[in-house]
This record gives sequence, C-alpha cells and structure tokens, in this order.
Amino acid sequence: MANPRRTKEEQKVTEAPQNRRDTKKGTGGASSDDAGASAFGMRIENLSAHYGSFKAVTDVSMDIRANKVTALIGPSGCGKSTYIRCLNRMHEVIPGARAEGRVRLGDQDIYARDMDPVRIRRRIGMVFQKPNPFSKSIYENVAWGARINGYKGDMDELVEHSLKQAALWEEVKDKLKKSGYDLSGGQQQRLCIARTLAVEPEVILMDEPASALDPVSTQKIEDTMDQLKQSYTVVIVTHNMQQAARISDYTGFFYIENMGDPGRLWEFDETEKMFSNPDRKETEDYVTGRFG
Amino acid sequence: MSQSSTEVTRQKEQEPGTGGNFKTSVGARHGWDRFFTALVFAATLIGLAVLGVLLVDVGRQGVPVLSWHFFTSLGSADAENAGFLPAILGSLWLLGIVLIVAVPVGIAAAVYLEEYANDNWLNRLIEINISNLAGVPSIIYGLLGLGVFVYIFGLGRSILTGGLILSLLILPVIIIATREAVRAVPQSVREGAYALGATQWEAIRHHVLPQALPGALTGTILALSRAIGETAPLIAIGAVPYMTFLPEGLLSSFTAMPIQIYNWTGEPEEAFQNLAAAGIVVLMLVLLVSNAGAIWLRNKFQRRN
Repeated sequence: MANPRRTKEEQKVTEAPQNRRDTKKGTGGASSDDAGASAFGMRIENLSAHYGSFKAVTDVSMDIRANKVTALIGPSGCGKSTYIRCLNRMHEVIPGARAEGRVRLGDQDIYARDMDPVRIRRRIGMVFQKPNPFSKSIYENVAWGARINGYKGDMDELVEHSLKQAALWEEVKDKLKKSGYDLSGGQQQRLCIARTLAVEPEVILMDEPASALDPVSTQKIEDTMDQLKQSYTVVIVTHNMQQAARISDYTGFFYIENMGDPGRLWEFDETEKMFSNPDRKETEDYVTGRFG
Repeated sequence: MSQSSTEVTRQKEQEPGTGGNFKTSVGARHGWDRFFTALVFAATLIGLAVLGVLLVDVGRQGVPVLSWHFFTSLGSADAENAGFLPAILGSLWLLGIVLIVAVPVGIAAAVYLEEYANDNWLNRLIEINISNLAGVPSIIYGLLGLGVFVYIFGLGRSILTGGLILSLLILPVIIIATREAVRAVPQSVREGAYALGATQWEAIRHHVLPQALPGALTGTILALSRAIGETAPLIAIGAVPYMTFLPEGLLSSFTAMPIQIYNWTGEPEEAFQNLAAAGIVVLMLVLLVSNAGAIWLRNKFQRRN
C-alpha cells in the first residue's frame, strides 16, 4: 500500500526533525531531544490533581521527551492514572475533578485560560485501561475520530494504515464491517490504539493498556509501541515492571510515603538507571519487587 | 476386595454428600426449589389469566360487530349506523401530535439532565418535579389543559388541545425512561470519544444516543401506548360523544377511541354495548401491535449494537 503521509524510510529516522509535524501543526521549534520541552515533548511543572477536596497527586514536575517512551510505575493508588489523565485534560471530565500547575506541549500551556480541551485531546491521544471500542463497525471505529476532525484524505487508506500501525490489519482486513465488539479483548485494545493513531496526535498516553490482556496480546501491543515511538511521544502507565523496563526509555516512579498523603513523583530518570541504580531506596525496593 | 464392596454398600445406604456436619438432604432442598418455581409461575399466570378472560369476554360480544361498516362509518345516535372511524382517526391525530411534541422534547430534556446539567439546586428541583409529575393523576392534566390551552390560549376543545395534554401527561415518563437509558451508557464510551478530540455534543450524538436508543425507544413507545388509552383528561376538555363528521385539522373538535367506547357503554341499548366491545377489541389490538413494535425495535437496535 502506498502510504500517503509517512513512508517506511521516514519512520525509521528516529532522531531527524519531524518535518511532517512542523509544517502541519506549526508548533515551531526543532524536535531536539536534549532541550527539555521540545516541540513535541511535554514539560510538566508543579502539577497537582484534586477530586473535590481530596488531593490525589501533588507537585509533579517532569520532562517528557519527544519520540521516547516514558513509563510511569508505582504501587496502586499512588496517582499514576490520575496524573496521566491530567496530561490531556481528561481528568477534569470527572465531576469535581480539577488540576493545578503547568503542562506544556511544545511551547503552549495546555492549561492556559484560552486553551480548548477538545483541541488538546486531538493532539494528545489516550488509550484507556479497559478497551472501550465504540459500538460501531471496525472501520467506523477508526474512521470516526478522523472524520469529526475533518480529515480530507482517503479514508480507506487512513483506516488501513492506522490498523497496520496498531498491528491489527491482518486480523481484521476481511471483516471491517463487523462490530468492534466482536473482537477479542486484545484486538479491541489494538483497535483503540488504531483509532487514536488515526487522528494523528503528537503524544499518545496509555493508561495500563495491557493490564486486562493475555500475554500474546500484551506482546503485540509492546511491539506496536516500539514502532510508535518513532513517530510519536508515548507515555505509559504500567503495573508491570518488566514491561516498563522492556519498552521505556524513561521511567517515573510514583509513591505515597504515608497513608492518606497525595501521590508524588518520587524519582524520575532514564529507565536503565532507574532499574539498575536508582537514587532512592523506595525506588529500588519497588523495582526489585520488594513491595507493591 | 470385601472391604471395597462394603464401602460401596455404605455409600448406597446414605445419600452422597450428606452425613457428617451436613444434615439437610439435597432432595428436600430441591422440593423447596420446585415449590417456589410453581409459586412464581402461578403469580405470572394470574396476570395472563385476567387478560385472557377480558379478551374472551369482550371478543365474544364485540367480534360479531366488527365489520367493514364499523370501521368506515361515522358516529351516530342510532346504533345500527354508528361506526368507529372518527374515533380511530382522532386517536391517530392525537398520537401524531404526541409524537411530534413529547418525544423530541422528552429526549432532549433527558439528555440535558443526564449529560449537561450541573448538580445544583435548580436542576435537583427540576428532577424532583419530573418524578412527581409522573405520578400526577391524568384528570389533573385534563383540568390543567382546560384552563391553559382552552381558556387562556383559546385553542378550543380541539385535537391540538387533546394532543398537547397527552404530551404533557407522558413527558415525564419519556424523560425518566430516556434518562435511565442514557445513564446506562458507560462513561468509558464518552471518554473514548473525548480522547479523539470530540466535543460533548459529538460524543452524545454519535455514541451515547445510539447506544441509549433501544432503552429510550421502549420507554417511549410504552408511554405512547398509555397516551392512546388515556380517557379522563380528554373527557375533561370535552371531547365529542359522537362525531358525525371526520376531524379536519388541528383545531377541529374530535373524539378518540377510549372516549367513544366510554360513551357507548353509557348508552342503555344493548346494541351500543356490543359496539363498545368491538371498540375495545380494536383498541386492544392497537396496543398489542404498538407494544410488539416496541419490543421488535428494541431487539433490532440491540442487535445492531
């Protein structure tokens, strides 16, 4: 298939500036990996998240590098999911929930007063813990997001390309008219990844995307992610430390020191360092499986 | 060898699974099981039996009267000539008005309350009021309509007035049924849409409403059935006892099936009693068809989802 937007060769060039993005979205800046918040990475400053009067996460600052996979790990209930939902303004969808602090995508503050969350979510896509396909055909599941965002190209090609990127095409190419619900759990999750890719976001957030899946499906999704980081910035919450170690370049460890405190980012570094020689004892205890 | 054979006989003497700390035999528990099965089945039969008796009784009296003449003739003070056509058409007119007025307003209100409304005192007040309205006797709606639509708005004792009253009457039922259906759509569906950059309306229009449709439709059609059978509020605004002409438009005077039946049963002649029975048969058939339609539609949409 001729890919209208991105050739294989382009995908393989990891470090080169992503011209497609620069021209299309006009966020400006080069996609250098070293300068913190580059055009396609994210910079989070002093982020806190609340549910009503309950503070779930406090004072998180981190740089999410472009074209890298950043994993967020930590014990249950320490605010990883809450935090990742703040990164595309999904947190505030829950009644009473709000976030404070600054989250920058490129050089734009996504929590700025005049920033439209609908626009943000198109640029920062999200895959959820439980597969949530729409009750529509497989084709429509992928095409819908692109259509509402006014995609003008060849929809058939976009659907095929997105499904291929999500490693689902071969399994569904003969039944695109079938309901998304007819697929297995692992296939549904890859369908959700495909529909996220179809709107061409810049960042993909994944909230434990493989936690409900069998090992074979998990493997497929991990393989997909390796491909994805060549074109996207990926942030993934996971309970599975082997998974974090396998797929991520950077790892953030969230931790609650005392019961009832809000979750904090305890340590954040390159994955290799986090798993071999972390600075803090709690991180080491957690990654070596001594608790959690 | 002999030891194992005694074991076998011991097992035969005592029911397996009993003995030791467990006394009650499974047989007795199955007995209770059968008893309650019979009990709940009997309870179901009562409803069915009442309907059956009603149908047989009315059918015996009314079916012989059902004829081409009955369906195509106008009302008359003379039982020989009296027909059901104005009542059938009147009910269809009312149904049409209710469909146009109550269904869109009801679904829209339900979507607002479920998807958009904040949890503040005003919206809570609205919610409580809607629940209460669903329980208000229908005659009250008739009197309200008489005061508001007939006297204040000057719409007369017309089809329009009747349709608006019936719309008000079933609006709370439609709202409540649709809200239930909308609430049953999982939040993850909305979030999936938002995550692609959808607006709230796009998520509702393309995902929430289609998934809520079977439930909303079922509730709505049951409410419409109730509207067709409703008599008291129409009597309150003065529907015509018998019509010697067909309804001509929204402001025409009218009669409806239940009104016509009610008036026929009030006549002393037995011929009118038979006409009433025939009218009941027709009304029941219409209700059966519309309820069956509700079930069919629900199944159809559920399969598609």
